[in-house]
Amino acid sequence: MARFIVRRSISAVALLIATSFLVFSFFELIPSYNPARAIAGRDANQTTVNEVARKFDLNKPFYIQYANTMKLVFTGQVIDYTDDLNVVDQFRQRLPVTVSLVVPAAILWLVTSVLLGSVSALRVGRLTDRGVMVAAIIGVSVPIFLLAALLLYLFAYKLTWFPNTGYTHFGDSPTQWAYHLILPWISIATLSVGFYSRVLRSNLLDMVNQDFVRTARAKGLPRRQVFIRHVLRNSIMPIITLFGLDFALLLGGAALVTETVFNLPGIGQYEASAIGNLDVPPILVGSIFTAFFVVAFGALVDLLYAVLDPRIRLSG
Amino acid sequence: MAERLLEVEDLEVSFVTEDGVVRAVDGVSFSLDRGEVVAIVGESGSGKSVTVMTLMGLTRSPNARFGGSARLGDRDLVGASERELESIRGQEIAMIFQDPISSLSPVHRIGDQIVEQIRAHEKISKAAAFDRAVDLMERVGIPRARDRARAYPHEFSGGMRQRAMIAMALSLSPGVLIADEPTTALDVTIQAQILNEIKQLSQEGDSGVIFVTHDLGVVADIADRVLVMYAGRVVEQGTLDEIFYDPQHPYTWGLLGSVTRMDREPPRRLPAIPGQPPSLANTPEGCHFRPRCPHAFDRCTEVPPLESRVPESPEHTDRCWLDVAEKRARREVDGRIGLNAAVPS
Repeated sequence: MARFIVRRSISAVALLIATSFLVFSFFELIPSYNPARAIAGRDANQTTVNEVARKFDLNKPFYIQYANTMKLVFTGQVIDYTDDLNVVDQFRQRLPVTVSLVVPAAILWLVTSVLLGSVSALRVGRLTDRGVMVAAIIGVSVPIFLLAALLLYLFAYKLTWFPNTGYTHFGDSPTQWAYHLILPWISIATLSVGFYSRVLRSNLLDMVNQDFVRTARAKGLPRRQVFIRHVLRNSIMPIITLFGLDFALLLGGAALVTETVFNLPGIGQYEASAIGNLDVPPILVGSIFTAFFVVAFGALVDLLYAVLDPRIRLSG
Repeated sequence: MAERLLEVEDLEVSFVTEDGVVRAVDGVSFSLDRGEVVAIVGESGSGKSVTVMTLMGLTRSPNARFGGSARLGDRDLVGASERELESIRGQEIAMIFQDPISSLSPVHRIGDQIVEQIRAHEKISKAAAFDRAVDLMERVGIPRARDRARAYPHEFSGGMRQRAMIAMALSLSPGVLIADEPTTALDVTIQAQILNEIKQLSQEGDSGVIFVTHDLGVVADIADRVLVMYAGRVVEQGTLDEIFYDPQHPYTWGLLGSVTRMDREPPRRLPAIPGQPPSLANTPEGCHFRPRCPHAFDRCTEVPPLESRVPESPEHTDRCWLDVAEKRARREVDGRIGLNAAVPS
């Protein structure tokens, strides 16, 4: 166990460095990229821009710039080019919004896809199964910006059942919080429900024909118990793998489309505007942040695997 | 006369597939008494496994069709509701499967898997059920059973897993125990131990055992009576001695002839039955064995009924039109029983 944690931590550090270095390098390749001008502002004259470049060491080779920036990142002093805001503070303020969006959405999509996948597998070949699977394909295929816009148009603008974008803190009013987030939750969950329920259905159908399921029936267990304790229990692993990765990416800011459409002041929205402005520090911090979640949830998934399947031993 | 446990009559199982209707079991009848071991032998695809799984309702599926009856006490297993079957399975009929690694759930502890079965049928506490599971595991020869009950199947050897399977099958003292090739996946020494366990069970007199196998050596060890199945039908049925020393059906001769014996000079080529078993979606008219049988004649296009044809043993039945004296002459090949390709003139 200790060995597992140590090895995972080493690979996490290596991954964080590699990711941030790659992201930083990409910007060097963008022709119109000029951080000095971004910092100096749109209307600044060339002298000011040169001044800024000298002051922030932006004339030095890019690996030195990278080292300087990383130093600022890890001392928590890094500032974005566009609004002069402390990036780490921004992440700290915006994380609760993203968590509010992603965690309930994740619960929603997990529960829904287990239910739909199970129903589909239990009614395989019948109308229910076909209906669910067609719906799942649609869910996977509809782009999230389109779905989010459609939901907004229909339920917030036409029917006015839900507020037209915006965010309320949970601490201020839990009901308003949920009220504002229901549409965003649905738009994030839909894609995953479509994908997960199809994966689960095919796992379940493979598992139904396993010998130990036949044994469970031969023991005289009730159908429900055979299904839940034996079929579903043994089919859930691939879903957990998918879930760990998807959940980590969304927490790291991958919900940027949803946050932008619904005007939720989360990490994704910050990232989206940073990408638009070629503002490196938030993107750099964002990628480190995401990489951290991916490694952390990867390790958690492996731990969960070892708990769920006694045949699996932990390895770094 | 011993108490009758199970009476299977004219059992039919067919599956609707893309290639047509597959008649996996075509009119199988047999009975099982308390304390008796009935072996069902035949090659792969002869319908022996489908027959016994149907008794437990494990072949039920939307494309399966059933006929005939299988009476257990006053209930018919073929027509029983799923709910009735749930209470019968594991409690009145239990089954030991061929491959003990794939037949046990990989993610549950051995003891818990036995506990699960006990608690599906009896309202007792987990602790009491666990104690009983440990007793059962001890009874089938698993050492340090209390510790081992907390282990997972992958931590058991093949033989120990099969013992655990047997412990599970015995957990509610079922009247009928079905063993579907329980020793096929095991090596020979473990096989002998497992066979002994099963034999002991039947000799203790509480259960009747249906033993499905393709291994005639195992049959000779354990069976009281033998059913020989071919392409979905019972072609011959009799006591162990009748089948081994006075076999009536050419298919049985072929099976016996293809057994290599340690006490004889080994043949230069292992004898085999020529040809392939028929597709069950498209069986030949009349006797199913006709296309592979060197002794087939005109009448074989008519289905021979399973009936007593040997005057001195009325319980011995078979499906072959040949005259008894003729059969006894034709089955001798080089001083032993076999299926002779060349018909003596």
